[in-house]
Amino acid sequence: MKIAVASGKGGTGKTTVAVNLAIALGSAQILDCDVEEPNCNLFLGYDLEKQEDVEIMVPELDSGKCTLCGRCADLCQYNAIAKLPRSIRLFPKLCHGCGGCTLICPEKAIIEKRRSIGLIEKGTNENCSIELFQGTLDIGEPMASPVIRQLQAHIDESTVAIIDSPPGTACSVIASVAGMDYCVLVTEPTPFGLNDLVLAVEVVRQMNIPFGVVINRNGLGDGRIEDYCRTESIPVLMRIPFDRDIAVLYSKGIPFVEAMPIWKENFRELYKHISKSVSYRGGV
Amino acid sequence: MKICVTAIKPSLEAPVDPHFGRCNYFLMVDPVTMDFKYINNRHVSASGGAGVQAAQETIGEGIDVLITGSVGPNAYSLLSSENVTIKSFCSGSVREAIEAYRSGSLENIDAANSPGKHGL
Repeated sequence: MKIAVASGKGGTGKTTVAVNLAIALGSAQILDCDVEEPNCNLFLGYDLEKQEDVEIMVPELDSGKCTLCGRCADLCQYNAIAKLPRSIRLFPKLCHGCGGCTLICPEKAIIEKRRSIGLIEKGTNENCSIELFQGTLDIGEPMASPVIRQLQAHIDESTVAIIDSPPGTACSVIASVAGMDYCVLVTEPTPFGLNDLVLAVEVVRQMNIPFGVVINRNGLGDGRIEDYCRTESIPVLMRIPFDRDIAVLYSKGIPFVEAMPIWKENFRELYKHISKSVSYRGGV
Repeated sequence: MKICVTAIKPSLEAPVDPHFGRCNYFLMVDPVTMDFKYINNRHVSASGGAGVQAAQETIGEGIDVLITGSVGPNAYSLLSSENVTIKSFCSGSVREAIEAYRSGSLENIDAANSPGKHGL
């Protein structure tokens, strides 16, 4: 079972839901796909061990062979190659690693070279029941998706994999959510929460992934999220109250299921609901 | 001599567009005759690398001087490697920009003055 925890808006509680769900289940994998600022380990406190570098292929030019025909620059959809009157210039940070330029060059003047853009680390708890895989994109690197895809190669299909997605609705979110059995969208009952939830719903609907909503900080704001979900027939899977005790635990880096046993039950119920929706669709 | 001015519309009376990579039009102006030709910026809403394309295109036109408001790091490196002089002007028309250039009152842009956007 592969569950993505996503949201449109940032700071709604994706990591809170992902980590607490994993702990409540007792045995799970967490994949921190928010590779620009991975933070699940703030709540797990594992010693992380490096697994591997994440590398992408970028072009390198043999200017001795280049005839300045400019086909590589014309082909590049990411504007990573410029043809000037007397030279070809490459911009590795704009390159998406498609390899098209090496194929189209009639002089074979472009070869591909590996470039490291981030790393994958792993940690686990004492009885190895909750495994964390964390991706970290190097500072200044623009492309998160290759790190996310490589992180997902570590998914163990025999257990429950929980993906902590980055916020928003851009490429890195698509990469995180693609291929998942279910998507939990975490939001908060504020105008921003609703605006960005609507965008996230458009994304998961288009990707044809079953989904439900968790309302965090419930009691804050108003009933607009509930109204929206009712109108759109979207299940509200859980309501986490806007509660001082939960906030205090969060501020200390303690997953609140550890101090509030009732929430362990609530998260297990959430998982049961997800399992039912997935099996109903003929999934796992 | 050929001067490229970024503009909101393809006219000498149009306001100068303050963004090089994401301007609407590039006007190639002869500062003596004030004759000009223009190019539509096809990369105005590119997800990334608009500045690279803008530099490639205007350098290909054989410009000597660029007048605009801001230039990102990728475009700056291309323009400076081809010895294009970059002048700052962002409030007024294309005609006023050329006049200010001729009177010598425009300041150089000596480094990228926009953060640019490195793709997604």
